[in-house]
Amino acid sequence: MEALLASAIGLFTAVGIYLMLRLRTFPVILGLTFLSYAVNLFIFVSGRLAVNAAPIVGTTDTPADPLPQALVLTAIVISFGMTAVIMIMAIGGHLLAGHDRIDLDPRGDS
Amino acid sequence: MSHWIIAPVVLPAFTAALMVLALRGHLALQRIASVAAILALNAIAAALLWSATVHGPEAYFLGDWPAPFGIVLVLDRLSALMVALLSLLALITALYAIGSRWDERGAHFHPLLHFLLMGVGGAFLTGDAFNLFVFFEVLLIASYGLMIHGGGEARTRAGIQYIAFNLVGSSLFLFGLALLYGVTGTLNMADLAQKLPSLPPGDAALLRVAAVMLLLVFAIKGALVPLQFWLPGTYANAPGVVAALFAIMTKVGAYATLRIATLVFPPDLAAMGTLIPTILLPAALVTLVIGAIGILGATTLPRIAAFAAIASMGTAFLAMAQLTPQATSAALYYILHSTLATALIFLVADLISRRRADLSLTGPAPVAQSGLMSVLFFAAAIALAGLPPLSGFLGKLLILDAWRDEMRTIWPAVLIPSFLMLLGFSRAGSVLFWKPVQPAKAPAPHEPLALTAAFALLAALAALTLLAGPVTAWLDATAQALHDPAAYIAANRLGAAP
Repeated sequence: MEALLASAIGLFTAVGIYLMLRLRTFPVILGLTFLSYAVNLFIFVSGRLAVNAAPIVGTTDTPADPLPQALVLTAIVISFGMTAVIMIMAIGGHLLAGHDRIDLDPRGDS
Repeated sequence: MSHWIIAPVVLPAFTAALMVLALRGHLALQRIASVAAILALNAIAAALLWSATVHGPEAYFLGDWPAPFGIVLVLDRLSALMVALLSLLALITALYAIGSRWDERGAHFHPLLHFLLMGVGGAFLTGDAFNLFVFFEVLLIASYGLMIHGGGEARTRAGIQYIAFNLVGSSLFLFGLALLYGVTGTLNMADLAQKLPSLPPGDAALLRVAAVMLLLVFAIKGALVPLQFWLPGTYANAPGVVAALFAIMTKVGAYATLRIATLVFPPDLAAMGTLIPTILLPAALVTLVIGAIGILGATTLPRIAAFAAIASMGTAFLAMAQLTPQATSAALYYILHSTLATALIFLVADLISRRRADLSLTGPAPVAQSGLMSVLFFAAAIALAGLPPLSGFLGKLLILDAWRDEMRTIWPAVLIPSFLMLLGFSRAGSVLFWKPVQPAKAPAPHEPLALTAAFALLAALAALTLLAGPVTAWLDATAQALHDPAAYIAANRLGAAP
C-alpha cells in the first residue's frame, strides 16, 4: 500500500508541475489543484498508514495518528479557498484583457 | 502580561470584522476605526517590546493546552521587535492611504489592511510551525485583496501571477511540514529544537530535505534569487501604498528564515552542518546584484522601487547567511532599516506618479512640487544605496564588519552593487528632476496627510540613525538570545505536559 500511495502522490505532483508550467491560466489552476491534492495525501500519510484504526485511543491496539487528519483538514480548507480566489481572479483577468495568457507585458504596468 | 500576547492577532481580526459587518460603506467611520485600532496596536506592541526586554521570552498557550499538543504563541525580543515594526509601518501606511485617498478607489481597503496585520502579527508571534503556515495564508489572502485594490487589467493579471506563485509556495510549505512531522512527530518549534539532535542518523537526509523546502518557501516570501520573479511585477503593479505596506511581507520571509535557522535547524545540529549558510550566501549575493542591475535598467519609478526592495533583501540575507550573533545583529538592524526605506521609496514613487503625467523614466515631463518631491526621492535613494548620513550606511557598515574575515570576496560583492544602485538612482533622479522644463501645468494635489506620512517614515529612518548606539546594543542582546534559544525553549514548558 505504501508503494501505491507514494506513486500516486508522485504522479499527482508530476501532473501538477507539468500543468503549472503552461501559459494559460486554466491549466495553471488545474496544476495547482493537482499539487494541492498531492500535498494533502502527503500530509495524511505523514502520520503513517493504519488500516481499520480509528484515531481514538482505546478503540484499537494501534490507533491512527489524529494530528495529520486535523492538519490535512486545515490544508484542504485553505487550498479550496485559495483555488476559489485565483479562479475569480482568472475570470476577472480574462474579462478585462480578452485573453487568458498568464505572462505579463513588461510595458503594461499600471 | 500573558493575555496581551495574543492581542496583536485578535485586535486586527475584530477590527476587520467590525468594519466589514457594521461599517460597510461608511468610509469615514472605517477610517476612524482603522486608525484608532492601529494606534492601540502600537501601544500594545510597545508594551510587548518592553515586556520581552525586561522579562524575557514568554509563551501564550491557546486554550491552555500544554505546549507540544496545543498551539503556542511565543513572545521574545525578536517577535516583539517585528510586531512593533509592523504596527509602526501600518500606522504610516494607513495615514498615507487616507491622505492620498487610495482607500476610496475600491471597497474594503481598511478591513483587508487589518486582516493583513492579523496574519503578519500572528506569523511573527507563533511558536508552532503549522500555525506559521496558517498565518502565512491569512496574510497572503489579505494581500491578494490589497494587491488588486483599485482594479485594472495590468493589476489583475499581475495579481494572478502573484497568487499562483504563492500557491506553489504554500504547497511546498506543506510538503516540508509534513516531512518534518513524519520524521519527528511534532510541529512545535521549541519541541522540534529539542528532538532534532537525538534523531537517528538515518533520518538526516529527510531532515535536510525538509529544511531546504522550508527555506525555499521563505525564499519565495523574501524574494531571494532564483525565486524573486514575482516581486517586480507584483510590487510595481500594486497600489503604491500597498507596495509600501508589503515592505514588511518580504521581512516575514527573512524573519521565518532567521527563526528556523537559529531555533529548529541551528548550525551546530549534526544533520544540518553548514547547509543553510551554503545555500543562503550565494543566493543573497546574486539577489543583491540582480536588484542593483534592475535599478539600473528599470524603465518606471515603481520598478526601481521594486528592484530596490530586492537588493535590500539580498543585503539582509547576506548578513543572515553567516549565522553568528554579530552578523545576525547586523541583519536585524538592516531589516529595520530596509523595511522603512523600502516603504519610503514606494510612497515617494506613488507621490511622484500623481504629480507627473508620464510614468516612464524617459524624456522630460514636469513634476509638480518638484522641490519637495526631489528632497523625498533623494533621501530615499540615499537610504537605499547606503550612503551616509542615513541608516542604510550604518547597516551596510555593520554587515561589512561582520564579514571582515571574507573581506576580499564579500566586500566587493556588496560595494559594487551599491555603486550600481547609486548610479541607477542618480539616473532616475536626474531624468525626473534635473531637466530644464516648463513648470507643471496641472496643480499639485493637496494632500498634507500623505506628505506627513512620507516625512514620518523619513523621520523614523533618521531616528534609527541617531539612536543607532542603543538600538544596536539592544539588537546584540536579541541576536545572542536567538543563537542561544534555551530561554525560548524553556518558555514553552515542554516538560509540564502530563
